Amino acid sequence: MQADLNVILPEIVISVYSIAALLLVAYTGKDRMAGLLVWLTAALMAGMALWIGATGQGTRTAFGGMFNDDGFARFAKVTILLSAAAVLVLGQEYMARRKILRFEYPILIALSAVGMMVMVSAGDLMALYMGLELQSLALYVVASLRRDSAKSTEAGLKYFVLGALSSGLLLYGASLTYGYAGTTLFSGIIEAAEGQAPIGLLLGLVFVLSGLAFKVSAVPFHMWTPDVYEGAPTPITAFFATAPKVAAMGLFARVVHDAFGGVVGDWQQVIAVLSLLSMFLGAVAAIGQTDIKRLMAYSSIAHMGYALMGLAAGTALGVEAMLVYMAIYVTMNIGTFAFILSMERDGQPVTDIASLNMYSRAHPGRALAMLLLLFSLAGVPPLLGFFGKLYVLRAAYEGGLAWLAVAGVIASVIGAFYYLRIVYYMYFGEEREPLETGKSPVQWGFLMASAALMLLGIINMFGVDSMAQAAAATLVN
Amino acid sequence: MTIAAMSFYLFAISALTGGLFTVISRNPVHSVLWLILSFISAAGLFVLLGAEFVAMLLIIVYVGAVAVLFLFVVMMLDVDFAELKAEMAKYMPLALLIGVILLMQFGLAFGNWTMAEGAEAARGAIAPDGVENTAALGLLLYDKYFLLFQLSGLILLVAMIGAIVLTLRHRSDVKRQDVLAQMYRDPAKAMELKDVKPGQGL
Repeated sequence: MQADLNVILPEIVISVYSIAALLLVAYTGKDRMAGLLVWLTAALMAGMALWIGATGQGTRTAFGGMFNDDGFARFAKVTILLSAAAVLVLGQEYMARRKILRFEYPILIALSAVGMMVMVSAGDLMALYMGLELQSLALYVVASLRRDSAKSTEAGLKYFVLGALSSGLLLYGASLTYGYAGTTLFSGIIEAAEGQAPIGLLLGLVFVLSGLAFKVSAVPFHMWTPDVYEGAPTPITAFFATAPKVAAMGLFARVVHDAFGGVVGDWQQVIAVLSLLSMFLGAVAAIGQTDIKRLMAYSSIAHMGYALMGLAAGTALGVEAMLVYMAIYVTMNIGTFAFILSMERDGQPVTDIASLNMYSRAHPGRALAMLLLLFSLAGVPPLLGFFGKLYVLRAAYEGGLAWLAVAGVIASVIGAFYYLRIVYYMYFGEEREPLETGKSPVQWGFLMASAALMLLGIINMFGVDSMAQAAAATLVN
Repeated sequence: MTIAAMSFYLFAISALTGGLFTVISRNPVHSVLWLILSFISAAGLFVLLGAEFVAMLLIIVYVGAVAVLFLFVVMMLDVDFAELKAEMAKYMPLALLIGVILLMQFGLAFGNWTMAEGAEAARGAIAPDGVENTAALGLLLYDKYFLLFQLSGLILLVAMIGAIVLTLRHRSDVKRQDVLAQMYRDPAKAMELKDVKPGQGL
């Protein structure tokens, strides 16, 4: 037991911290302490990320194989914790000013992060489900954090109902898989599923994949994304677009390789189709959007399509490409949302894209940073986003999915249109009442840092690619 | 037919009937009552399997608490079920079509269902001989599935925090009852006797 607990020590630390902080703040300062708590939670998560990254070595399993601590899990955990910490401090000022900064918010985010850490480490269908529910439940609550707004509560409710449906699909698939393999352990399932997959296991696989596709918002399970992104308060939307996506992608890779690694051909086609549809729908449907949050929702759908393309390759290179892509995607999104959070007029948040007309004249520095981020999101060389796409395209090509890679390039060209349209508005649009920007130095810092990374990262990606390679090697062998 | 077999069929049939009528009965209160029947029959099936503890849990928790809670909610909420049903009827043909197709696919799949080697054995009875029901459950929950048990605890904590976050309101424009202030009020100070002369008023 002692050895088992050592393996889940980071999760224990964050859980105990959440419970202690909850009690302490509920009895003392309540919402007055919320700002402090946000910074404390973010510091703890960043500290844990450094700790996991610096001390984690080798592969350990705990609780009879239910929980894995390997290079893949550590890479995903570091990404999740760092992005969650960044998004927490990013939105603090925005939420405090609009009086929706409740002290439960950082605690829910921390507990949700625990769920995500369990997800990427899961070695058992039950542990997978527990982690998934822990993170989703916390997300349902924070989506409707602004109770007085009909849109926010609608977003929370929609997310909850559809999330429950997808959990049902996933559980049904898990029960079919269990019915075939006789065990819920991934190590047992992969033994039972060697060679040709029988029909029962296939049904289970498809249901599990559908449930997971909902969580990464891949087409055709994407319908909730634009509404939830638009309705939730912007800092929460920023959170939705980053850490949970990494966790769900990590879980996706974990399930298909750890549990169904013996039947690659069977899930490869499913994921390839999910990827193809997501890329094209994300690119085409975003064109008509006028709200930048909805646009980011479709953008995230398209990006998930590219990440899934890496996964569809079914090789170690594919997993590596997916990890690199997610790390870059999260960095870009944090910067972009730092910009969106700063968009306001008369103290009210504005999300209309047309309001960005001639933004560059009033704020040239911010406009330039956003330009870099948008070019990177679109995948324009020589920015970092281009290299993310290059990785997944190469993985797909070498994995024998050349048609998917070609489709990816076409979708990327279509998708570039709507990113460039924002740039057009910012630099060449018609003269309108100029937009103000928030005074928050944190938002400015994240925007500039993220934009700078898009340029500086191309030199050697700060070693992220070699780390991802090592991480992928522990998952696929 | 043995008594065990007979009671199995009895419980199984009443569980299915209960489930069916839960879905199709017009009155939501009746639905909840049918649901209770279904729960009780399932508890009977558990007893037949030798899992008395789970059976008792099902009765106490599901019938005793959950179903009664449902009943309260159904009776207190003013939901127009007729309107909801009319809304549903619009999508009925499509839903039926999808349902039938799914059912056929499952039928095909279960028709040639196979199991992995050793799956049956792996899934078989877990409790060792001589260990009682409750003890066996405890061994599983607190030892083998310790991680899952703790994680479910965290999930419940999140649910509790969520319920409080979404419903608790500290409104400042409402007068609240202060029981202590009421009790410590001095009747001698609160009342004053006045001698009112007839025809004069105060």
